[in-house]
Amino acid sequence: MDESQIYARLAELFEDVFDEDSIKLTPDLSAKDVDGWDSLTHIRLILTIEKAFKIRFSTSEIGKLENVGDLVTLIQARA
Amino acid sequence: MNPLYAELQWLPRVPQEFSERLKALGKSTGPLGRELQALALHALDLNQLTKLAKLIRNAHTEGKSLAPLTPFRLAVLSNSTVDLIVPALVASAARHGIALEVIQPSYDQVAQEALTPDSKVNSSKPDAVLFALDYRALPLKLSLGDAEASSATVQGVIGYLQALRNGIKANSNVVCVFQTFAPPVETLFGSLDRMLPGTLRSLVDSINRELAEFVLDSGDMLFDVAGLAETVGLADWHDPQLWNMAKFSFSDQLIPLYADHVARSVAAIRGKSRKVLVLDLDNTVWGGVIGDDGLDGIKVAQGDARGEAHLAVQRLALDLRQRGIVLAVSSKNTDDVAREPFEKHPEMLLKLDHIAVFQANWNDKATNIQAIAEELSLGLDAMVFLDDNPVERGLVRMLLPQVAVPELPEEPAYYARTLAAAGYFEAVAFATEDLKRAGFYQDNAKRANLQKQVSGVAAYLASLDMTITFQPFDATGRPRIVQLINKSNQYNLTTRRYTDPEVTEAEDDPAVFTLQVRLADIFGDNGMISVIICRPGEAGVWEIDTWLMSCRVLGRKVEHMVLREVLEHARAAGIHKLAGTYRPTEKNKLVVDHYAKLGFNKVREEESGLTHWELLVEDAEPESAPMKLVSQGFATTKGGLFA
Repeated sequence: MDESQIYARLAELFEDVFDEDSIKLTPDLSAKDVDGWDSLTHIRLILTIEKAFKIRFSTSEIGKLENVGDLVTLIQARA
Repeated sequence: MNPLYAELQWLPRVPQEFSERLKALGKSTGPLGRELQALALHALDLNQLTKLAKLIRNAHTEGKSLAPLTPFRLAVLSNSTVDLIVPALVASAARHGIALEVIQPSYDQVAQEALTPDSKVNSSKPDAVLFALDYRALPLKLSLGDAEASSATVQGVIGYLQALRNGIKANSNVVCVFQTFAPPVETLFGSLDRMLPGTLRSLVDSINRELAEFVLDSGDMLFDVAGLAETVGLADWHDPQLWNMAKFSFSDQLIPLYADHVARSVAAIRGKSRKVLVLDLDNTVWGGVIGDDGLDGIKVAQGDARGEAHLAVQRLALDLRQRGIVLAVSSKNTDDVAREPFEKHPEMLLKLDHIAVFQANWNDKATNIQAIAEELSLGLDAMVFLDDNPVERGLVRMLLPQVAVPELPEEPAYYARTLAAAGYFEAVAFATEDLKRAGFYQDNAKRANLQKQVSGVAAYLASLDMTITFQPFDATGRPRIVQLINKSNQYNLTTRRYTDPEVTEAEDDPAVFTLQVRLADIFGDNGMISVIICRPGEAGVWEIDTWLMSCRVLGRKVEHMVLREVLEHARAAGIHKLAGTYRPTEKNKLVVDHYAKLGFNKVREEESGLTHWELLVEDAEPESAPMKLVSQGFATTKGGLFA
């Protein structure tokens, strides 16, 4: 999967999780930039992404994620 | 993960327009209850459940009515993270007719909340308190091989739970719901873990047993999480990574299932459990179609793989009846034909005196289920309807939305399991009177009078996106044509049986007009469902030698579309009259009025009951039905005409 495909799919998944279609995904977007992106929503987001791309992240990988860019890199490596 | 449970496969799949419908509902002024329940009656995933719950929460804050959902306040006390479960509970409750409000105190404050008189839980006056505890919340101590110490540990745990209960009861006297415990997957010895006292597994076993006894006595409620975990598999239930990261007691993938189970219990407390199981017959209670296959042909025997699948449905129905669920039948069949297996087939487990109301006729099932409800003096919301045919399921769901209609898989071996998984008959209390309830309805297989027809059938049919395909006989279709000619008994006007060579003869004869008819709809391809043979009679007359149709597509105006096609070709061939005959047999009473319905005139009736009919091609204007028409393979090919 190339980057633009991943971003496109992620946009749909963000909509599903945040119930909002106005979030603009950029590589340095992170939890502090989005209303309602708390630790539990973060878990829901990670679980949703794992299901959608049919991948599993390890605990340490999840712990190292700082922003959407890191997430895309991880997905690209796995999917 | 077993998809039946993880994806709630007895519920229809989420429609494309789910998000739009939700948005539209958010803008509406209410009352919102009906549409909320309709939206919740799909296999929603965690994100969709969360969105629905947000709408419900907003409705509370904006003061919009959630009628006719019944309000219920549930406090949830847990040692684990329940924040993602709470919205799932709220949305799943809507599915069961409940407007749920959840009181959720801070994380892992179970004892504090239960025992402090003015705690958040105790002062909010909930209707019930759910102790959503897992085994990690319990004061458990391994005492391998030490029976005395193990017993003390078990008593200690029960004592702890009782103290929690007493704390709640002293302050607000509400229903306490206790969960049994799913033991961890890891064993120390192997099978010995179950046998030896003081292992985690045997401790949890004993605790679950004692808890069940305690709750039976105290009048509280039990939510058998251990049973649920066992059903889906302990290894799928527990997710160590999720516990480590976020303190989830069980896998997020099972949250929709867990939430549905809690919702069922809450609905049961509010008396919303269902009481009647309405059964379709053909391919549900036996394999095959009684009208076509006869007593010898239906599959219901022990030792026959297909038969045993359907026997399992019968056995489940009988066991449900024993616990007080009323059984009824709604079948598209002639009444006496439908009753025959109950009366005469030696392998049938269900007998007529197990059935309170027996509706076998050619009217639509929504009208029939309405009649069953009236006959039993029960609401439509007490009914469950089991039918292998997705078209019938769709009709009843659309026209009688309060009736529960489970989706069924393709394979009949899973029918019984799917019905049970749906949990429509969930009970929270058992009284011996329940055992007698089915008998109060005097199971004499009554026939209920049909009241006025339920409206909307035509609109439902139009929504099926049907395509009818007409072709003359050909080599590819021949095996199925021969099969239909030789096995159709009910919708068969003349019951003429032809061999393969005879059918080939008709195919090759240019003076003979033949039709093989196929029907497809949104649920799939029904394959070939009608066969027509017209032979030349007197000059300018076609005699309809054979007109047969599969009963599966009755009530959809297929026969009208067939007549239109026949007339097209008759006109093109210079035919001015169609002549039809009805030759009565034991099995085809159904079609005595077939030609009358299609606008033919009755010319003659013989003593035997044989009737002769005529239609002038010029005057004929048969009804049309909302389906796409494809006509191909004829000398002049037409295609893609819209009827």
